Amino acid sequence: MDFAFFLIQLLNGLQYGLLLFLVASGLTLVFGIMGIINLAHGSFYMVGAYLAWSLSSMTGSLTAAILLAVPLTVILGMGLERLLFRHLYQRDHLYQVLLTYGLILVFEELRSIIWGDDVHGVAVPALLNASIPLTENLSYPVYRLAISGVCLLLAAALYFLIQKTRLGMMIRAGASNRDMVQSLGIDIKLIYTLVFALGVALAAFAGMINAPLSSVTPNMGSQVLIICFVVVVIGGIGSVKGAMAASLMIGLAETFGQVLVPEVAGMIVYVLMAIVLVWRPEGLFGRT
Amino acid sequence: MTARLIKFLPWLAVGLLALFPLVGSTFYMQLLTKVLIMAIFAMSLDLLVGYTGLVSFGHAAYFGLAGYALALMAPKYETVSLWWSFPASIAVCALFALITGMLVLRTRGIYFIMVTLAFAQMLFFIFHDTKIGGGSDGIYIYAKPTMKLGEMELVNLEKLENFYWLALLSMAATYLLLHRVLGSSFGRALQGIKVNEHRMRALGFPVFRYQLASFTLSGALAGIAGYLAAVQYGFVNPEILSWHQSGAVLMMVILGGMGSLYGAVIGSFAFILLQEALSNQAWFGAWAKHWQLAMGILIMLVALYLPQGLAGLMQRFGRKPVTEAADE
Repeated sequence: MDFAFFLIQLLNGLQYGLLLFLVASGLTLVFGIMGIINLAHGSFYMVGAYLAWSLSSMTGSLTAAILLAVPLTVILGMGLERLLFRHLYQRDHLYQVLLTYGLILVFEELRSIIWGDDVHGVAVPALLNASIPLTENLSYPVYRLAISGVCLLLAAALYFLIQKTRLGMMIRAGASNRDMVQSLGIDIKLIYTLVFALGVALAAFAGMINAPLSSVTPNMGSQVLIICFVVVVIGGIGSVKGAMAASLMIGLAETFGQVLVPEVAGMIVYVLMAIVLVWRPEGLFGRT
Repeated sequence: MTARLIKFLPWLAVGLLALFPLVGSTFYMQLLTKVLIMAIFAMSLDLLVGYTGLVSFGHAAYFGLAGYALALMAPKYETVSLWWSFPASIAVCALFALITGMLVLRTRGIYFIMVTLAFAQMLFFIFHDTKIGGGSDGIYIYAKPTMKLGEMELVNLEKLENFYWLALLSMAATYLLLHRVLGSSFGRALQGIKVNEHRMRALGFPVFRYQLASFTLSGALAGIAGYLAAVQYGFVNPEILSWHQSGAVLMMVILGGMGSLYGAVIGSFAFILLQEALSNQAWFGAWAKHWQLAMGILIMLVALYLPQGLAGLMQRFGRKPVTEAADE
């Protein structure tokens, strides 16, 4: 493996990891703050990708599609929290699993009714449709670099929001003691709605920006969901920092795995998870 | 008197079911066989969810693994002996459950749900991505297993009646076994662990070992169902260990009312009949193709409004549930 090839795989792995982080961070926030297990989180990723495809073929521009679609997914998230998830906070995890499993079926069928069962592709925006030559016959697409950049920006914004703002302080307080926060006069219900909508929007946004790289297919949500579960288990529930570390780890492990040992690449992430479970069952950054 | 009658009721039901091949058509016998197999699967999960307090969302792994074990052990065009292939498939599942159990039981709650799902998906990808089990196409089981004693053929699963009776016998045996296990001191301890794990540990019970035993037994019983299902379909592919299967069986357990073996059986009955009805084109026309939409909405409604399942529904209408009456 020469250096240019190694560099390409490294960048691909980081980009994939960062994208995973966008999906997994919403999942881990919802777990950590509301104590909800949401199997339908992958469906939001799928909805994002399909919205990007249908809106960009309508408007002719992926950027316009994303600008239109993000507010839609925020509204979707707020609506779902108000209508369904709110009723589950005090209930056993079993019912959360059941409800969100039902929600997956509903999302998949609605997708089939609205958008059909075909596989679609989305064009890379013209502005970013270029590649940087590395050697004579190897080059790296600008769009992938742009994705990594956007994901890093969002991760930084998320860190700032949670650690440095007043809203973030309320979110962190709500995670450790819901009743106390409420008695202090803070509208915890509103905070939950906002956090949930944020998670939905992040997952959907990841689906949108990744649409030009991977095709838009039925059931694309479930694959992402399972990998994100592994990310959350490795990183530790509720830990955004852990989600970042685990996402990058998985992204690199899977990318290099596919190049070096393609036969067992699909298993690597699960082996990683098993090792972490034996070593630190609460995850790398989890609270014991 | 009524209490006795109610105790006698399951035997009556099994007796009536055993006579069904004399009157039933092929279609209904196949449907009923499917229900019986799923009832075994649902009871095995109920042992974990309803009695041990462990919510597994990867139970299809053990179901599918038994099917793959049969498909890989059977010679390609000849029949395989039921004598050894059935126990061997179950043993494979028990072993896999023992190994994964040691890992997943290190976690609790949400973690446990995610980790069981992740391990099931690992198995899914092993069979989906590698050549071991024929990839995404799976493997055909051309000849169904038979059971011979010397030269005499005792059971040939190619015959629908034989297969139906084997499924019924397996279901009754699973029920009896679980009934005995749950009534034993081991079973009582499991139910104690479900209610308060820390207290049971303080009382000196080896909680981890008990949970592991329950997890392994549950995996082995799911193997019975998986073996029979593979025989019925005549092929295995990665779909049989997909997470939709895990979700469906969890729904059966909760629909019937968890923590009751009757409930698991009733739940699988209701679920399969519902599935058949919703995907019936004569009734729903073009919408039958999208039957999962209705099923998804129903699942959500059960989660929100019917947490005790059909058993809870009966209670709400003022009738006493069967289990309570039997104790009088």
